[in-house]
Amino acid sequence: MAAEENSGSTPAKAALWRRPVFRSTVFQALLVLAIIYIGNTLLNNTLYNLEQRGISTGFGFLDVEAGFGIVQTLVDYQETDTFGRTFLVGLLNTLLVSFLGIIFATIIGFIMGVARLSKNWLVARLAAIYVETFRNIPLLLQIMFWYFIVLNKLPSPRQSYDFAGTIFLNKRGLSIPSPIFETGFWIVSVAIVLAIAIIIFISRWARARQERTGEQFHTFYVSLAILIGLPMLAFIAAGSPLSWEMPALRGFNFRGGFVIIPELAALLLALSIYTASFIAEAVRSGILAVSHGQTEAAFALGLRPSFTLRLIIIPQALRVIIPQLTSQYLNLTKNSSLATAVGYPDLVAVFAGTTLNQTGQAVEVIAMTMAVYLTISLTISAYMNWYNKKKQLVER
Amino acid sequence: MKKIYAFTSVVALLAPVFTTAYAGATLDSVKSKGFVQCGVNTGVAGFAGTDDKGNWTGIDVDVCRAVASALFADADKVKYTPLTAKERFTALQSGEIDVLSRNTTWTLTRDSSLGLNFAGVNYYDGQGFLVKKNLGVKSATELDGASFCIQAGTTTELNLTDYFRANNMTYTPITFDKSSETAAAFDAGRCDALTSDQSQLYALRIQLKDPEGAVVLPEIISKEPLGPVVRQGDDEWFNIVRWSLFAMINAEELGVTSKNVDELAANTKDPNIRRLLGQEGIKGKGLGLSDTWAANIVKQVGNYGEIFEKNVGQGSPLKIDRGINQLWNKGGIQYAPPIR
Repeated sequence: MAAEENSGSTPAKAALWRRPVFRSTVFQALLVLAIIYIGNTLLNNTLYNLEQRGISTGFGFLDVEAGFGIVQTLVDYQETDTFGRTFLVGLLNTLLVSFLGIIFATIIGFIMGVARLSKNWLVARLAAIYVETFRNIPLLLQIMFWYFIVLNKLPSPRQSYDFAGTIFLNKRGLSIPSPIFETGFWIVSVAIVLAIAIIIFISRWARARQERTGEQFHTFYVSLAILIGLPMLAFIAAGSPLSWEMPALRGFNFRGGFVIIPELAALLLALSIYTASFIAEAVRSGILAVSHGQTEAAFALGLRPSFTLRLIIIPQALRVIIPQLTSQYLNLTKNSSLATAVGYPDLVAVFAGTTLNQTGQAVEVIAMTMAVYLTISLTISAYMNWYNKKKQLVER
Repeated sequence: MKKIYAFTSVVALLAPVFTTAYAGATLDSVKSKGFVQCGVNTGVAGFAGTDDKGNWTGIDVDVCRAVASALFADADKVKYTPLTAKERFTALQSGEIDVLSRNTTWTLTRDSSLGLNFAGVNYYDGQGFLVKKNLGVKSATELDGASFCIQAGTTTELNLTDYFRANNMTYTPITFDKSSETAAAFDAGRCDALTSDQSQLYALRIQLKDPEGAVVLPEIISKEPLGPVVRQGDDEWFNIVRWSLFAMINAEELGVTSKNVDELAANTKDPNIRRLLGQEGIKGKGLGLSDTWAANIVKQVGNYGEIFEKNVGQGSPLKIDRGINQLWNKGGIQYAPPIR
């Protein structure tokens, strides 16, 4: 006896409210409406309260003259520029220290991570001590430590260390000559771009040739020669269109040339060393995640340990390392806001600090600062996710 | 079902956000709390700082204690919130503190666009420079190209820019969050000069490794009237803070001190003193305070001269002269409207 006889018709459609798809759509729509409603209420509440207390609102303050100086500006800045300009200056300073910090932290972190896995007992122990020390001390203390070490050990301007009379190191910073580009330098810039293009072309060709015939090509040395030689030739051909502005001691401090302020050095040192200790652990975990069979196979084939590490282990370890690297880069960028403790004029110090205090518009300034950090972080993580996708193993 | 419960509980948790943030007047809230929440400096000798037992002292602290004496007849009914220069206005605007007594300069921008009111001036100051003696500089006009350690978010930065622009000189600013950090950097030699209100320079000089090795230059490059600040919108609270300060100044003018106030209250025939101590005249009616509000202030805190000498004058390590902070009839500009 057939249990389900249905005389040939399809089952009746369930009522609308019984269908899971319909229910979930309705609830999600309600949730979205609720979120919009909450956001709107928050915004209106804030604006109402600000108006009630007589606190000015709006972004008009960005056009008001700033009236204060900033010690390091990557673009031209006068005290008569607007608050909007101080935002730009602070933003560039933050980007500078984050960019340099990420590069140094990665380099130091990779070295320390690999060192901790070294067969040499002393090297491995030293790396372990490094990681444990710098991971466990709060970053703010490390920044202050480096800043006061740097400051106290360096001499005052009148007794600076001088290297060949052109580079001066003292408490106020490292003064190096700055290049002045005269007309005709564009030829050298074109030569540099051309050199890079040639190098990319050569490395592609060399790799294809190696795939085909197995012959290796010394790409590195050739590229180096081209990168240095071609612009050099262009430089001489254009009649050396470059002069230098020398730093000289005038009155209290050195004037002229670039000055790398001790605040930047201390912040960079502290951020790099701190983040590198975390990256070292990430690298170590990635390398340990690659199965030992890979190393044994490579050795059996006769590959030296350095080749094994570079060509076999690290590419596979990167799958584990890169997501952790993303987090550490974001941490470094956000930690750079501790610059206010040492007087480095980053975005938080200049904009969310001085500008906020002079204009009193806390809501707008903090919202802008948060938006900037959010954008920087999202950009970094978007790029790292793309890179991660590229490095993933493609299953056949 | 689970989704509905989750949804409604999220909305319920956020419900308190929907209420209006600040309904009552400051005075009502202070009276119901029973103490004054006072915003002060994180630590500047003479103005606001804690001693080794954790008690707050300073001329700004005494202004808050005076307000508490007037309201509650107990100068210790105050809780202190230490604030850096960057946080001070936001703390006051948001209602976190009731009054800001943090050596804040009275300027047009702050009075008009922040929703705040300045209740008076308890210290007339000006901006000056502190340099190390071995720099060999005798006047601020010789500081072309020098680097300065400054506190961020203060009128100090703006005045420095104006002064150097007016005199066609250049300078390098190095800004820190706290004034103690500026002193530490100046000590370490990061900058040639320290600039701040003159009173702060004397206070910071004490913190240096070698206080005798630093000298305050004679130039004063700006006006810095420092005083307590309250929020706009509560005139009764504003009046109380304002007149607490005036009471102390009037008390010094009339010769009433914390030592003789009881004896004067019992015996004096001088109508001005009798009005001050609440024995005739309007007493405390207009302000909504007890009759002896001013007497309480003088007894528990002191008159203006006493708090000046105790905190920043000859009775303190700073040893600052009265200067323009002397009474109007003794050569200075402290002048309070009469209590009548």
